[in-house]
Amino acid sequence: MEAAPDWAIEAKGLVKIFGKHRAVDGVDLTVRRGTVFGFLGPNGAGKTTTIRLLATLLKPDGGSARIFGHDLSKEGDEIRSRISLTGQYASIDEDLTGMENLVMMGRLMGYGRAAAKARAAELLKAFGLQEAAKRQVKNYSGGMRRRIDIAASIVVTPELLFLDEPTVGLDPRSRNQVWDIIRALVGSGTTVLLTTQYLEEADQLADRIAVINQGKIIAEGTSSELKASVGTGTLSLQLVNAEDRPRAVNILEDKLSAAVRSMPDSTSLTAQINDSFLVADALSELARERIAVSDFSFGRPSLDEVFLTLTGHEAAQEAQSEEGVS
Amino acid sequence: MTGYIEQREKEASELRLNESIASSDRPKPPSAVASTLTFATRALLRIKHVPEQMFDVTVFPVIFLLMFTYLFGGAIAGSTEEYLQFLLPGILVMTVAQITMYTGIDLNNDIRKGIFDRFRTLPIWLPSALIGSLLVDVVRYSMASVIMITLGFALGFRPEGGLMGVMGAIALILVFSFSLSWIWTVCGLIVRSEKALMMISFMVLFPLTFVSNVFVDPRTLPSWLESFVDVNPISILATAVRGAMHGTVTTQQVILVLIVSVIMTAIFAPITVYLYRNKK
Repeated sequence: MEAAPDWAIEAKGLVKIFGKHRAVDGVDLTVRRGTVFGFLGPNGAGKTTTIRLLATLLKPDGGSARIFGHDLSKEGDEIRSRISLTGQYASIDEDLTGMENLVMMGRLMGYGRAAAKARAAELLKAFGLQEAAKRQVKNYSGGMRRRIDIAASIVVTPELLFLDEPTVGLDPRSRNQVWDIIRALVGSGTTVLLTTQYLEEADQLADRIAVINQGKIIAEGTSSELKASVGTGTLSLQLVNAEDRPRAVNILEDKLSAAVRSMPDSTSLTAQINDSFLVADALSELARERIAVSDFSFGRPSLDEVFLTLTGHEAAQEAQSEEGVS
Repeated sequence: MTGYIEQREKEASELRLNESIASSDRPKPPSAVASTLTFATRALLRIKHVPEQMFDVTVFPVIFLLMFTYLFGGAIAGSTEEYLQFLLPGILVMTVAQITMYTGIDLNNDIRKGIFDRFRTLPIWLPSALIGSLLVDVVRYSMASVIMITLGFALGFRPEGGLMGVMGAIALILVFSFSLSWIWTVCGLIVRSEKALMMISFMVLFPLTFVSNVFVDPRTLPSWLESFVDVNPISILATAVRGAMHGTVTTQQVILVLIVSVIMTAIFAPITVYLYRNKK
């Protein structure tokens, strides 16, 4: 470990208000240089707004932040020369070809004409877009679009890259390609802050994860820390007959002495429990009572369960207040 | 065997990926001139890929000129040829003024599509993004002017100011239109949708171009309308352009056009840049 930790992002109490809606409501954030930080939350939670604040696109209504030690409100140019942003929608000119887009970005980053062309060709090759170089981006597939978009962000490798939902709507193969690119970037020393709604993505890529809901960070830590905060073990099981569920809940609560939650479908149950002996006991009790189980698992909670547990109690309010501001 | 080849290919592509990421050094940010030229190049490439957008500067002028010459010529001036001498400079002003609104629409599209955000996170002199595309618009306005004057000449337009007069007239139109464009960039930054933007531009431009001295001599109008027509910037420009083409222009008329242009730029260019930088 380094003696003096070096922070890419240090944010304190960031606030952004749109009208009456507190889109970002006191976000504290520290991201260590050279790591991937995952920002996890449902639609409208404030992920994109936080990224836009940190990328100097929005002025905060409260709080402060430093990017590589530079003050967000005073040293915008310093920050802009170190960061890059790939937004939720392809932020490139769709009427231009892939090559033309990358050459334009190279020129805007300060390369000469020849250097910009060479760099564009190199990136197109590395990103598997060589054949599409002379096609207009509007004719690209979703995966190609994402790749050209990220390529445009790293024409000059940024020290900090913001990726806003980089794999939304991609097929698994394209998603893996994007993940490979992100890993390669981190390997070269770039810090990445990515937002995602996919827990698997955060689990796969992020060193640390913050869960954000209604503009507030409600949990932060490594993937294992977050899982541990919910409980070390989870029993999930599915019954064959929905009408058995009330009886099953009683039996399980009795045997496990833990709360049993009924899931939204009519046959599933989960409980936070550590002791494997109690679990075995409870399952045999169900068998004695002739309650048929079609599927069960026992292990560490998935990030999905963490997420549902953390945000679950707020989900109802959110359904009302969601106004499409993200 | 194929598995082996696939594996080797995957490794090779990973190597390229890693190299391409590691190999970029950080150049100095571009100068204002370089970034302006890059944005101008972008606008030219867009014309190359979407040539339909040139309709407004090629087909519009032709339709407008033919329509108004033959529709009003007989009624207003007794003959189309005579009317053309009066009408052409004015209708040129009107056409170019109307196509300035596409500047705001292009900017509006950039904002909604997200490329605007990318530009704003670049270490560049921000106004270059706007000035670059406005410069290409000036090229478009020149095209419209040349097409219209050429057609006019074929129909019997004979400018007494000669070639120099016509060139001077076009120069005045270009300066004025460049300045007028800043109003549409402000609108493009404020208004949410392209439709609303079209409506606003139309509501401003339609009365402004028609209630002017483009079609008729203002002395035939009721006095309250005449006084509006006299201060209408479109009339001020049309008067100077007509004068330049027919060799009767006065220094005062030219200076008035320049003053109006400077005022529009001085007010709306800074507002545009401010909004561009601070857009939510």
